[in-house]
Amino acid sequence: MGNVSQNYTSALPIIKSKLSKKGQKLISKKEWPVYFILTLAGFATAIASNAFIKQIADVEIKVYNVAGINLTFNTFYRFVLGLLILIYGISGIYSYFDPIRRSNFAYRAPFRFAVGIGLGLWDFLGTKLLLLPQPFFPGPAKILEAFIMEGDFIWENTLYSLRLFVVGFSLGVVFGIGTGILIGWFPKVYYWVYPVLKMTGVIPAVAWMPFALTLFPTPFMAAVFLIIICAWFSIAGLTAQGIQSTPKAQLEVAKTLGAKTSFLVFHVAVPHAMPQIFTGISNANGFAFTTLVMAEMMGQPGGLGYYINLSKVWSAYYKVFASILVMAILFSLIMKIIAKIRDRVLRWQKGWVKE
Amino acid sequence: MSTNHPVSEGIILKIENVNRTYIDEDDNQVEALQDINLSVRRGEFLSIIGSSGCGKTTLLRLIAGLDKPETGKLTLDGEEIVGPDPQRGYVFQQGGLFNWLTVEKNIATGLKARRVYKKNKDLISHYINLVGLTGFEKAYPHQISGGMAQRVAIARALINNPKVLLLDEPMGALDSFTRADIQEKLLELHKKNKTTMILVTHDVDEAIYLSDRIVIMTPRPGKISEIMEVNLPHPRDRGSTQFLAIRKEILEKFHLASALPQPEYTI
Repeated sequence: MGNVSQNYTSALPIIKSKLSKKGQKLISKKEWPVYFILTLAGFATAIASNAFIKQIADVEIKVYNVAGINLTFNTFYRFVLGLLILIYGISGIYSYFDPIRRSNFAYRAPFRFAVGIGLGLWDFLGTKLLLLPQPFFPGPAKILEAFIMEGDFIWENTLYSLRLFVVGFSLGVVFGIGTGILIGWFPKVYYWVYPVLKMTGVIPAVAWMPFALTLFPTPFMAAVFLIIICAWFSIAGLTAQGIQSTPKAQLEVAKTLGAKTSFLVFHVAVPHAMPQIFTGISNANGFAFTTLVMAEMMGQPGGLGYYINLSKVWSAYYKVFASILVMAILFSLIMKIIAKIRDRVLRWQKGWVKE
Repeated sequence: MSTNHPVSEGIILKIENVNRTYIDEDDNQVEALQDINLSVRRGEFLSIIGSSGCGKTTLLRLIAGLDKPETGKLTLDGEEIVGPDPQRGYVFQQGGLFNWLTVEKNIATGLKARRVYKKNKDLISHYINLVGLTGFEKAYPHQISGGMAQRVAIARALINNPKVLLLDEPMGALDSFTRADIQEKLLELHKKNKTTMILVTHDVDEAIYLSDRIVIMTPRPGKISEIMEVNLPHPRDRGSTQFLAIRKEILEKFHLASALPQPEYTI
């Protein structure tokens, strides 16, 4: 027995070093139930707030038939919250047996509790007490109604946005890196193109909208054009900087090793510029989301921005919120994927650059 | 020659009447090299020493083809040097490694640049072994020590099987223990590969320890003041009387050669 606990204490520093978050503590099995209950209590409160307090707002509670089950948005909301409790419950129990997972679970517990309480309060202050003006602040349950009502339509618009983004942004990245390499490598191109890039780079892409809409045969192509130019300029600028900052010694060494120009560009200058290229890509990412939504709100036959506009016309603010929710999820996913690619490409920086 | 290296006959590199001037920041003409004539023997270990600003690095860069002379010419085996070429490997003082490539990929760069990678893949492990870096193939430059980084740089130049290996103060930034370690490695490689090596250094002991001949240069204008033969058998003892005698001789010459006070600046 004593032996075991001794081993455990000697392993403590190693375990502690695996805790990745700032201010994270190691949680023992004895402390675990507190965090387990904390995690679930928030969402349970949200369910209680929705189920046991009477709604006084004049919001119609429709009954929908989903897969043979009769649902109102309230029962659907409670079902979703129940599902969250189930998922966190299972992950909590699973985490109990491993010190790292247990500590990670405990680390997130206060935040999850706050989310649950936040949802409960929102519900309570909104449709229950009418302290939040209706219909501008529909309750969380009402927002979910949009997904029961027209989930397919939201999905369609999500795909439209995604397609627009993928086509526009990947072309923007390709053009941006291409121009950046030319500007960074050839002084003549730098002289003639860089000033133009600097001037046009500060113009928000949406300013080109009227021009784009008349010039391109379809609204889709016009929006793709806008996303391309907003990604293009910021990526090209940083790529050029990265190429230009390639150390002379690295280029000279490559020359003495037998490298010709194409090798110098693609195997020395471009890899050296990669960190800056990715900075350009993440900057452009943010601009591209803005441009995408703006373009969709101003003249696209689909997309999440279009859906917002359409819903606003009917004062269906819960749908606006639903669209924003989908955007939050979609855009974070896209950013996560780009971050993953960056970590993979720049894995040589690990332990060298402060993370 | 009483060295252990079997030096085959003939001149591999010829430098004839080479001049090189620079315009510095204050618009002054600086004669980096004036009337340089030098013949490098095939397979020898030649060191170029001199204080900073004597043009020794400029001379090495001319041999590498990274710079061009104003007048005069340089020939390698009768062929005029017009630009960089894998026949003339170059090792920088520091900072020459590609920090996004692992040790083995850094070493393989020459094969890839010359488009002969597929045929010669096996060479990589041979050269990694030769410089004693087995086990560090997958390490990135920032994960290895300065001495190891220089060994990578040396292996990377050698994998092209150059006729001449040019070393621009490769041990300048290293501590004395690591420096001694690289010196041994260079001697070992010189013995094994019989590659002609030209080392630029400001360390007199290093030059005597390694070289068959030492070229002494003086600054402003950069000139060759003397060429000394080092007729000591390897391994050389840095404390032996002969070693110290040569050391004294060189230092004295230096003193004589640079007796006139000169303004201090670096090219």
